[in-house]
Amino acid sequence: MARRCRVCKGAPVIDLRQHNAAFCEEHFLRFCRTQVSKTIEKHTMFDHDDRLLVAVSGGKDSLALWDILLELGYNTEGLVIGLGIGDYSSQSTQTARRFARERRLVLHEVDLEAEHGFTIPGAVAGSSRVPCSACGLSKRHLFDRVAREHGFDVVVTGHNLDDEAAVLFGNVLRWQTDYLARQQPVLPAGDGFPRKAKPLVRLGERETAAWCVLRGIDYVLDECPMAEGNNHLAFKDALNALEERTPGTKQDFYLGFLRQGFEHFAPPDAEVSARAALAACTSCGAPTAGERCPFCRLRDNAARESTPIELGRKDH
Amino acid sequence: MKVLLRSPRQELDVEGPTRVGDLVTSLGFHRDAVLVIVDGRLVTDDVRLPDDATVEIRRVISGGAV
Repeated sequence: MARRCRVCKGAPVIDLRQHNAAFCEEHFLRFCRTQVSKTIEKHTMFDHDDRLLVAVSGGKDSLALWDILLELGYNTEGLVIGLGIGDYSSQSTQTARRFARERRLVLHEVDLEAEHGFTIPGAVAGSSRVPCSACGLSKRHLFDRVAREHGFDVVVTGHNLDDEAAVLFGNVLRWQTDYLARQQPVLPAGDGFPRKAKPLVRLGERETAAWCVLRGIDYVLDECPMAEGNNHLAFKDALNALEERTPGTKQDFYLGFLRQGFEHFAPPDAEVSARAALAACTSCGAPTAGERCPFCRLRDNAARESTPIELGRKDH
Repeated sequence: MKVLLRSPRQELDVEGPTRVGDLVTSLGFHRDAVLVIVDGRLVTDDVRLPDDATVEIRRVISGGAV
């Protein structure tokens, strides 16, 4: 028998095996909005008085997130970062600009090379740091900085259920208990950092892509060329193999961790307050545990790597 | 039928008719990792595709910095 929409019994556009359900367009879009609303409320992420800075990459997750938050009536502006990863970055920025322009939204832009003198490929050349690590570090630093400078209450990112399940999988495989102790869909503001929220953690990336297709949102289809072959993709592939056999595995793994696992790793309050206080980075003023923050160290290393070595120079 | 894969772009000829879910798994994809689009519309696993269909299989997995 042909599948039918779970709600109206009309012709479905998508089946969600993890929910043993199919939905027509109208009820799928409603399902997504409800999942996001539920996440925002359950984790007390933000309310309609807060100013939200949406981290936008031009990909399906961040554009679906921005679109859903607008539909839910939140006060949002976007931020796109030019990472200098060739055509991929140009396409990302152009796609984010088009999305904002068509909807008359405010989009902030930071260009890593123009404003900070380096690109992600430049930062990892000759460094032991893997590209995704340098990229993640730079983006987090710049999201925080723009949020501080423009008085946003919350930085919201498009991390979805697949992202969070893959990160959790990696953290468990290596028993990275420090990371497990911080893996929450909302992190409170503190020590000079803004609040961070991930309202898409109950939606898989198939759902965010479907949201974009159904809403006519043009997003960047190409994968970042620097992400190819990384562990995160391997973890996603392994989880999708399990999901193929047992639908709902990813959801049970991640949401089960939030319900039953996280509390075993979260540090007691006393331990949190006893941690060393952060000081201002001597170079940029961002809160940091060291003298200079990791972003400034990355920038300075990139500058050193790109300084041409003068051959045959003699001192007189 | 013509099957268009995106990112990276690739075009395949596959014998039909077949069901969407069977097409996806026969090409080695996990069903949670793709969307299937026919004539600009999303289709579910149980839809039967005729031999003359043109089908887009769009990968949805992304793996950048998190």
